Amino acid sequence: MKRTHLIAVALLGATTLAAPALAQDSIYVQSNAYRTGPFSGSGTPVADGINDYLTMLNERDGGVGGVKIKFEECETGYDTKKSVECYEQGKAKGSIIYLPWSTGATLAAIPRAHVDKIPIMSMAYGLSAAADGSVFPWVFNPPTTYWDGASILLNYIAKQEGGLDKLKGKRIGLIHLDAPYGKEPIPVLQNLAKKYGFEVLLYPVPAAEMQNQGALWLNIRRDKPDWLYNHGWGAMNPTAVKEAIKNNYPINRLVGVWWSGGDDDARAGGAEAKGYKSLSWHLFGQNFPVMQDILKHVHAKGLSKTTKEKVGEALYARTVYQGMMVAEAIRNAQRLTGKKVINSEDMRRGLESLNVTEARLKELGMEGFASPLKVECGDHNGHHQAFVAEWDGTKWTKASDWISPSKDEVRPLIEAAAKDYAEKNTGWPKRTEVCDPRS
Amino acid sequence: MDFLIQTVWEGLVAGVLYALIALGFVLIFKASGVFNFAQGIMVVFSALTLVGTYEKLSQLGFKGFPAAMLSLVVALAVMFVLAVLVERVVLRPLVNQPDIILFMATFGLTYLLIGVGETIFGGNPKIMITKELGLPTGSTELVLPGLGPDGRNGLVLLQHIDIAAAIIASIMIAGLATFFQYTRIGRALRAVADSHKAALSVGISLNQIWVVVWFTAGIVALVTGIMWGARSDVSFGLSTVALKALPVLILGGFTSIPGAIVGGLIIGIGEKLGELYLAPMLLGSTMGRGVESWFAFFIALAFVMFRPQGLFGDKIIERI
Repeated sequence: MKRTHLIAVALLGATTLAAPALAQDSIYVQSNAYRTGPFSGSGTPVADGINDYLTMLNERDGGVGGVKIKFEECETGYDTKKSVECYEQGKAKGSIIYLPWSTGATLAAIPRAHVDKIPIMSMAYGLSAAADGSVFPWVFNPPTTYWDGASILLNYIAKQEGGLDKLKGKRIGLIHLDAPYGKEPIPVLQNLAKKYGFEVLLYPVPAAEMQNQGALWLNIRRDKPDWLYNHGWGAMNPTAVKEAIKNNYPINRLVGVWWSGGDDDARAGGAEAKGYKSLSWHLFGQNFPVMQDILKHVHAKGLSKTTKEKVGEALYARTVYQGMMVAEAIRNAQRLTGKKVINSEDMRRGLESLNVTEARLKELGMEGFASPLKVECGDHNGHHQAFVAEWDGTKWTKASDWISPSKDEVRPLIEAAAKDYAEKNTGWPKRTEVCDPRS
Repeated sequence: MDFLIQTVWEGLVAGVLYALIALGFVLIFKASGVFNFAQGIMVVFSALTLVGTYEKLSQLGFKGFPAAMLSLVVALAVMFVLAVLVERVVLRPLVNQPDIILFMATFGLTYLLIGVGETIFGGNPKIMITKELGLPTGSTELVLPGLGPDGRNGLVLLQHIDIAAAIIASIMIAGLATFFQYTRIGRALRAVADSHKAALSVGISLNQIWVVVWFTAGIVALVTGIMWGARSDVSFGLSTVALKALPVLILGGFTSIPGAIVGGLIIGIGEKLGELYLAPMLLGSTMGRGVESWFAFFIALAFVMFRPQGLFGDKIIERI
């Protein structure tokens, strides 16, 4: 009995002594994930990309700045209620950042994060207005917003049609998930429709009807829109691609937002899906040093949850990019504070000073993978360029030049929407966080 | 006019598939008096078993129609094992418990199947093996002289997979209706549906009937999974399609096989006409979009106002 007690005391002592040592040894990052449920088709590759990238940094470099990243997922099933639980769990465990992975989850977390002082990174999703750092110091949505995406789409269409003036009289349909994410581009599309004289046709898809879009496509067949913009997620995307083919809609005029451009989304349509388009801000495939390092340091060691051929696919590559932003922000925060193990407030400063140049991309093994990225104190997005990618029957390829968003059109709308958000949420705190000088 | 015909055709195909899903619910409700919440996930689970088995066989170099048929047999076998397990583990221990307990047990079964399915097959969507199963692809354009806009020739697009779905579902529905109407097991099922105690007293094995019915519901789920999977993909989102059976059941009655068929057709055609003609007329072309998801319930509730037991449901009069 005495011996048992002694062992118990020894174990307790060891745990107590080890706890602070562990805390000093790593930086904790928790991300929402949905490897289960109706959105798992999109949720799985996005969870894999960031997981593998951060694991690769741990394996290859020993983490960031000599500190290992302890990365964990919190399964939400794309359920906003569950995401709030995950937020609280991440907060309790000391996550330096909140990665919501759903616009609904982002909206739910924004007021909390400003009180708890935990930065949110909703990479090219979430509340577009959060790009205004003067109102939302704790939210970051680089590299581009849904509103930028809509303007990039219009610039692309204008180029295909022969100029912005040729948009007059055109009909542009928006197939969108009937949820906060899907509805995000509507205000900017309607605003630009007034300016350029085109018509916006809305085709909402309730979550329960994601795989039952028959009536919606009959509407499309009747309306005959000149172009279709797909703002879908999960099982909605492959269904839309299949329905477009089935209804003889010209597949090369169906353009998805970046979240509608997964490999599995297009693959479901078979050979006839060739020509389906999607916006993207990075390239794809395994021919980048960063992907080779993931294969070598993560996949070959059996540390990845995905199969080899999925490494470098569109949605996977997208969150490799996100992993890069998280790691670069940690590096910035370490430099700004002089600390190795940073906290969430340091992380916010790190995010606000993100500046990934061409040279830095090359150092990161991402030369030619993406364009440079810069986030500023007042601009938490950067409104960066994107391009149109095309499905060639087996993989995504770059099918246009880099296209800039209409920042002059979008930025005033973002500032107005941010102001409106602050006014409607009584007691919204004025920004008190000091901007760091750029190095 | 051609667009109206196209709309009715699409509604008809959807309606037959809704009827098929509803049939799975009706069979189990008749036999065990329980609304099987797990029917939706059974659609996903059976389809995933089919596609997942085919994937494994392909990795071993066994592909094409024979491999697809073998996968089909495996999927059917899995659904049979599931039926036996449900009877042994869920239904048998809960005999004589209130219906709500059985209903809650089907919730448990749902989450169990989700967990097992995700553990075995992962969360990634899979492509239905339509061609490998010998199902047709492509489409035919039907020219309708003078029925297009302004008296021009009209055009109706008929997808071969939709035609096949309508035919297969119709054959299945007719086969099941015949089986349960004219065979010994069918009569036993109807006896069980009327009264468990009376059925037991004349020597009908409740356990055997439950296995038969749950296996039949499993077959129905597999066919539904193949047909819906061919239209979209095979993922866990497919389980929400089963919710479409609810208005069909409200309309047709929970205990009627003809009710499921007629209800499915009314809901399928009704929701398409509602979305494309009625809603734009009443709510305008913008507001009238996306009403399909709730319009089916509107139709069902409108019917229930006049026939609370549904079109073909049993009218239950209880003396107080």
